[in-house]
Amino acid sequence: MSLETLKISPGFESYMPKEYVDLVERGPYGREVKVSEMGTFKEILEEHPMCAGCAMTLFIRTALIGLPAPEHTVILGTAGCGRLALSQASIPFIYGNYGDTNGVASGLKRGLGIRFPNQQKDVVVMAGDGGLSDIGFSCVMHSWFRKEKFTTVMLDNEVYGNTGGQESGMTNKGVVLKMAPHGKKFEKMDMIGLAKTAGVAYIARLAPTNPTRIANTIRKAVLIAREVGPTYVQAYTSCNIEYAIPTPKVMDDARAVEKDRYGFMEIISDEAKAYLERIEQEKKAKAVAGPKA
Amino acid sequence: MAEGLETEVKTNPQGDVITTTEAPKKEQKESKAAKQRVVTPEHLFFEAPRTKTFITGSEAAKEAIRRANVDIAISYPITPQSETMQQVGYLYAEGYLKDYYRGEEEYGVMSAVAGASRSGVRALTATAGPGLMRGMEVITSWPGGRMPLLLMVMCRVINAPLAIQPDNVELSYLLNCGILVFHAENQQDFYDFPLKAYVIAEKCEVTLPAAVAVDGFFVTHARGWVELPPEDIKLPPRDCYHEAVPMMDNENPPARLSRDAPIQKSNFISYQMHASWQQEIWAAVDRARPWVKKYMGGLIEVVNPGADTMIVASGSAVSQSREAVRQASERGDRIGLVKIRSLRPWPTQELIEACRHAKRIIVPEFNCVGWLAKEVRSTLYGHTQAEIVSGPRVFGGMSMPTELILEYLYKTPNEARLTDKPLSI
Repeated sequence: MSLETLKISPGFESYMPKEYVDLVERGPYGREVKVSEMGTFKEILEEHPMCAGCAMTLFIRTALIGLPAPEHTVILGTAGCGRLALSQASIPFIYGNYGDTNGVASGLKRGLGIRFPNQQKDVVVMAGDGGLSDIGFSCVMHSWFRKEKFTTVMLDNEVYGNTGGQESGMTNKGVVLKMAPHGKKFEKMDMIGLAKTAGVAYIARLAPTNPTRIANTIRKAVLIAREVGPTYVQAYTSCNIEYAIPTPKVMDDARAVEKDRYGFMEIISDEAKAYLERIEQEKKAKAVAGPKA
Repeated sequence: MAEGLETEVKTNPQGDVITTTEAPKKEQKESKAAKQRVVTPEHLFFEAPRTKTFITGSEAAKEAIRRANVDIAISYPITPQSETMQQVGYLYAEGYLKDYYRGEEEYGVMSAVAGASRSGVRALTATAGPGLMRGMEVITSWPGGRMPLLLMVMCRVINAPLAIQPDNVELSYLLNCGILVFHAENQQDFYDFPLKAYVIAEKCEVTLPAAVAVDGFFVTHARGWVELPPEDIKLPPRDCYHEAVPMMDNENPPARLSRDAPIQKSNFISYQMHASWQQEIWAAVDRARPWVKKYMGGLIEVVNPGADTMIVASGSAVSQSREAVRQASERGDRIGLVKIRSLRPWPTQELIEACRHAKRIIVPEFNCVGWLAKEVRSTLYGHTQAEIVSGPRVFGGMSMPTELILEYLYKTPNEARLTDKPLSI
């Protein structure tokens, strides 16, 4: 997207919607946005219909801040709570069929690569645990095996929140949920282990307790996916409704779960590490050289 | 390996050498693909000189794709489709396509080709029978996403017990998705239709996916005469900026691209919005009509117009019917034939005009349910006094002897296929 395209034609400033003016004047396009800037421009995410106190919404908002180039990013989602928030963001969003995210992302990324060989177009899948570990499992695994260059972010609320609270593959063993009246019979799926087996270039696990860490993790994942290969971020985003977490206690739960079993973890390939170091050095060199005359 | 022993050459059951070596890198600038030049669709379809060749349906489809300027093809093996998509792979190796890969299974492939189409490139896939059914959920979402891509369908049996024989019952599932559906009769059609389908599907007022179907084996694995233009010309590339919806390429202001109804609100969507969206898809199918007429020579072809008895058929049943018409003419009888090229858009007016006068209409088909006969009956109801006979039908891979069509022509349906006697006697 050309930033020139985004600019308002002279004479039309006073007729444009407020959100659009905010986007143009203070939005995240063409610059690196810090977490501390959240809320200073109106519409990276607004008016979402998520439940009060939803940790997933907090995670999504922060993750969007971490995108290195939102003006060149397409997000894909599938049925689930997450897409209700994602589709409100000022970033193009594809909502496909159940479980097709990583299939669509494969074709999309390759197609964009054909059309824009000199412009990085980032593709990010952001879908729930059901969408990625259950119904979309085959598409996810094969996109990793094929080394497709896009990022997969699992919004792991450990339940089918949007359809009313059924167990998913990512639910912990023994948890009683709808469709698991005697408790879930098998362990939480080890998607991190599967990602390792598939040779995913960057794998991260985190809870939504540290906004800067969320933004940095997403930024790293998207950058590595550009050059090195598939990346995977698994985020605990509790469902306070189905797990009956009182709204004021959502972050307490996130911290407790993080401490107990969802601590921050990063697995990064040597190639990905070298790539990150290289772009960091390039960034520093650019900063030292200063703006071009 | 012990000295003196010959190097073992591994082959697959077909006798092809199995190799794990890397494909040789070809100098793209020197390749024939790089030297292809873009011509107008009109030149490619109607003006370029053609040479007659005797090739299989799969090879005919390959020759179409060679000239179709396809950007990406995504394949998955299924009989009898595999051969065509293998050959498309060879075209990729020769530089005719920019990307090609084997997907995980049909659901993933149909999803990926949707992603590719949304990116604005010209995309291709193909499938057959059970594969089509597996991908069906995604396929039905293509028209709503307004993705002008091409699906080739090499029809085969879908129902249990397992069989890989030709049978086009699967097309009945495609007819009501909002996809353009063209049914190729023979190898020549299977060369011509894919190219024309791309051009029609990508017209601004259409912007829909297109399926080109052909009856598996009868056409895909059999040779026929095909007139081909030179290899060094191809269609213009897809121009996604002249289509009805913006691509997901972030080259448009993003603020409202996907947040407003009717696209993303799911169960919060108003029914009027969803209804109008569906109506628009079918209006777009209708808007393809003039382009089908221009490029395909009409939605139907009529042989012996005005005959008292008319055969209405599509796909390879047309070829069988042509032979029946010829044999009937040897007996001094003039039998009419309507070949339906375009199943969607459906040739309502054309069929009424072609059959209004008829006294008897028979509809031979390669499927059990008689989907074509149902379409024909509902179209002609109230427009003709003719007796409309649903049949003959063959399915499960059986061929249709022309004698069977002749039997239907010269006998009443009861004489031809039914008995008055209860089966228990």
